[in-house]
Amino acid sequence: MTSVFSSRLPVALGVVLVATLLTTPAAAQDQLRGDAPNDWLIQDATVLTVTNGTLETGDILVRDGQIAEVGQDLSAPSGVEVYDASGEYVMPGIIEAHQHMGISNVNEATNQVTAEVGVGDVLDPYDIGIYRALAGGVTTAHVMHGSANPIGGRNETIKLRYGVTNPDRLKMEDAPRTVKFALGENPTGLYGQGRDQVPRTRMGVEQVIREALTEAERYMEKQQAYQTGDRAQPPEHSERLEVLAGVLRGDILVQAHAYRADELLMLMQVLEDFGVQDLVFHHVNEGFKVAPELAAFGDDGAGASVFSDWWSYKFEVYYSTAYNAAILTENGVNASINSDIPGEQRDLFLQAAKTQRYGDLSDTQALSLITINPAKQLGIDDEVGSIEEGKAADLAIFNEHPLSVYTKPQRTYVDGVVRFDHEQDPDDMRLRVDPEGTVDLARDGWSRHAAHSCLKGVTHLRATHQGVTLENAE
Amino acid sequence: MMLIPMLSSDSVLSRALGLWGLLLLFGAGLLLPHATQAQNTPGAQGPYALTNAQILVTPSDTVANGTVVIRDDSIAAVGPNVSVPSDAETIDVAGQTIYPGFIDSGTHLGLQEVGSLSETQDFNEIGDLTSHMNALTAVNPNTVHVPTTRVHGITAVITEPETGMLPGTAALIGLHGYTPEQMHLGGVTLTKLDFPSIGRQGPSDDRAPETIEKESEEALDKLNEVWDAAERYAAIDSAVAVQPEARRQPTHLPAMESLVPVIRGEQPILISANAASDISEALDWAEERGVLDQVILGGALEGWRVADEIAAAGVPVLVGSIMQPPSRESDRYDKAYRTPALLHDAGVPVALRSGKTENVRNLVFHAGFAASHGLGKTDALRAITTTPARIFGVEDHVGTIEAGKRANLFVANGDPLQPDTDVQHLFIDGYKLPLDNRQTRLYDEFLNRNPGLEK
Repeated sequence: MTSVFSSRLPVALGVVLVATLLTTPAAAQDQLRGDAPNDWLIQDATVLTVTNGTLETGDILVRDGQIAEVGQDLSAPSGVEVYDASGEYVMPGIIEAHQHMGISNVNEATNQVTAEVGVGDVLDPYDIGIYRALAGGVTTAHVMHGSANPIGGRNETIKLRYGVTNPDRLKMEDAPRTVKFALGENPTGLYGQGRDQVPRTRMGVEQVIREALTEAERYMEKQQAYQTGDRAQPPEHSERLEVLAGVLRGDILVQAHAYRADELLMLMQVLEDFGVQDLVFHHVNEGFKVAPELAAFGDDGAGASVFSDWWSYKFEVYYSTAYNAAILTENGVNASINSDIPGEQRDLFLQAAKTQRYGDLSDTQALSLITINPAKQLGIDDEVGSIEEGKAADLAIFNEHPLSVYTKPQRTYVDGVVRFDHEQDPDDMRLRVDPEGTVDLARDGWSRHAAHSCLKGVTHLRATHQGVTLENAE
Repeated sequence: MMLIPMLSSDSVLSRALGLWGLLLLFGAGLLLPHATQAQNTPGAQGPYALTNAQILVTPSDTVANGTVVIRDDSIAAVGPNVSVPSDAETIDVAGQTIYPGFIDSGTHLGLQEVGSLSETQDFNEIGDLTSHMNALTAVNPNTVHVPTTRVHGITAVITEPETGMLPGTAALIGLHGYTPEQMHLGGVTLTKLDFPSIGRQGPSDDRAPETIEKESEEALDKLNEVWDAAERYAAIDSAVAVQPEARRQPTHLPAMESLVPVIRGEQPILISANAASDISEALDWAEERGVLDQVILGGALEGWRVADEIAAAGVPVLVGSIMQPPSRESDRYDKAYRTPALLHDAGVPVALRSGKTENVRNLVFHAGFAASHGLGKTDALRAITTTPARIFGVEDHVGTIEAGKRANLFVANGDPLQPDTDVQHLFIDGYKLPLDNRQTRLYDEFLNRNPGLEK
């Protein structure tokens, strides 16, 4: 990745290159907050820790980007900036387990199995969507490959360090690797209906996945045989099979786009047959129908990252209910709420609050859906997802309780650095202006079909600025 | 069913409750089948008396403790000293608030069932000139989306056709009825014009600048050509009406025929435009064509850039959906949320539209965001009650809780724009409607699925 980056750097930076060369290396990597402090005392806030109750008039001491202390009447050591948050609410930075922002391609829709590719190779630190997500209190996003293929590419867990220009600096350093699977209408629509190839049915989806995992098993056996001397040659290197072998070893977490109850049960059976324990379903509109089965999967249950209330946009989500998150939660499933679409993640706190209309989740249960629960789903809950000493100082400050419809984010900290400031930030937060583009044009937002790049029923491919996306036929 | 084993056993509960308790429990048990049946029971008209209520008569006028009497399809009386008629069913709503039913000023509700299935889409006829298509015709009164929408207090919506330049007429529909005609509210019919969008359409629009200019001109030329023809058609039609014997009827052209009421100033024209330049162009066009005083502007996401122009034109705006990113990368992150306030501050009458189909229910949260982003709660409520009622000319029928108006109202246990509030009672045209719907029924069945893991 380093070599790719350095070779692309001059091209990618375009007009800002000159400015970059004139500054120090550290600042050059962060156009906005290169010198920003990461030591803070946030004072007199209502602190919603999520994992350890609520602290009225609480303080949070941030040292070197980490939460050093949570308590009351803390004093600021010298050199530590103080933020007076009296009357305001602090919650852990919001984590979204399913998102497609900040990448220049989404779907490698060329083969039923493409585990060899990864969106981590196409991160776009200039995406204004990253800043806008920060303005909604989001600090971490699981940026995902699309849902074209039964086994898609690898995803990337990023921290929203908007301002950095090195794409690698967006990556969350110790986050486990994950890979996208996709079941149901998207792969069957693209391959079956669109190309007259397997899978056309959910039966086909199962067999594509079984075949790929079996191949990976054989690949591992050959590697093993080579290591023990039972085989003279190692198997021919396959990046695709290396990734799938990682899945079988439990090193790479399966994150599966799926909707219907039957396909949820199918994939749980397949992974159980291959001894895979880690599984998070995404969208999962019919998860509520098999909530007990999801909770019983593997050692810790299968996770479910759901929409708050989306339904009826295609047939496999027609028999949905906005009470999905509440039913899953009450049945012991680790559930999270996502928005999927770039630009839609700015009100995840509202989406979480809806579980108090659709079901009666408590404040902590509702906040967990966008903090500690998605952190667990991504295997990063020891670093983020709650306000606890020792965790990263990823914090979102609101002027009212974050579950109120009237609340507004005030500040968002990532690793102790203020990356969004309602008061201070100028209107135009672009990191660069595309020298080739028409300045200041309105985006393609008007078309009702433009948005759902990963979601819409798949009947053909369409090339857009985001790469090849799946579009509904019009 | 669960009560039976409990009653037959000598449980602590049954002993503690004693005989009366048992009878009460039994009574409750007997009522359960009725409750289940009620899921499919149609709404029923009263008379009803809602008593001990806080009443939001209008967004700026609240009665602290009063009664609302509903008779037939109307509100018969409202106020602190209203007596309950002897024949009315009394519903004590102490501690709760009665709100006028909300209005969503732009949706496809009833015109699409499943987004990806074209068989279920009826808002998008083929062609650029389909002004004779009427959305009302294709409204499915029994769509699963109606019961899930109205339980949030949304009792009426504008439902619109889309595609092409002149896609047809939109209609205001109430969210209870078994035929489109029963749902049609106040006969409100708006001819829709999706104003040709000039200029580059966004980052993925890779047309050459010359092509963009040429195609923009062509689109405007086409609109003007159609309108010239429609004006001629209307003129011939008028001439024939004066001298039916002396003149020949024009060749029947349904699309032209449908524009005659607009050209004669008898029907509003809903012009949809979002980019600032398109809005300006549309206002100029409407003025040139002499239809400016009939114009209602829809969408208007960049309306804030030309708010003074819109205000000067005296045009009301149906703004939204506001729950999307700003239109340009250089815009402040919260610009779309602030658009209603910026238009309102410029003096433009503002109503909110969700632009949705199955999730029109989110209108209440859109209003909450508009409120906190500068509009304030009172004007946010106006934007989904009195203002749209006035824009559509039905202010004598809906939008407030006043005697003589239609009984379109609901009772909530808190602020209806807040997610943790629940709607407790719902009335449309005086019909008390069940609050359950397919989504709540799935919740009831699956919260504690039986059997669970083991059968």
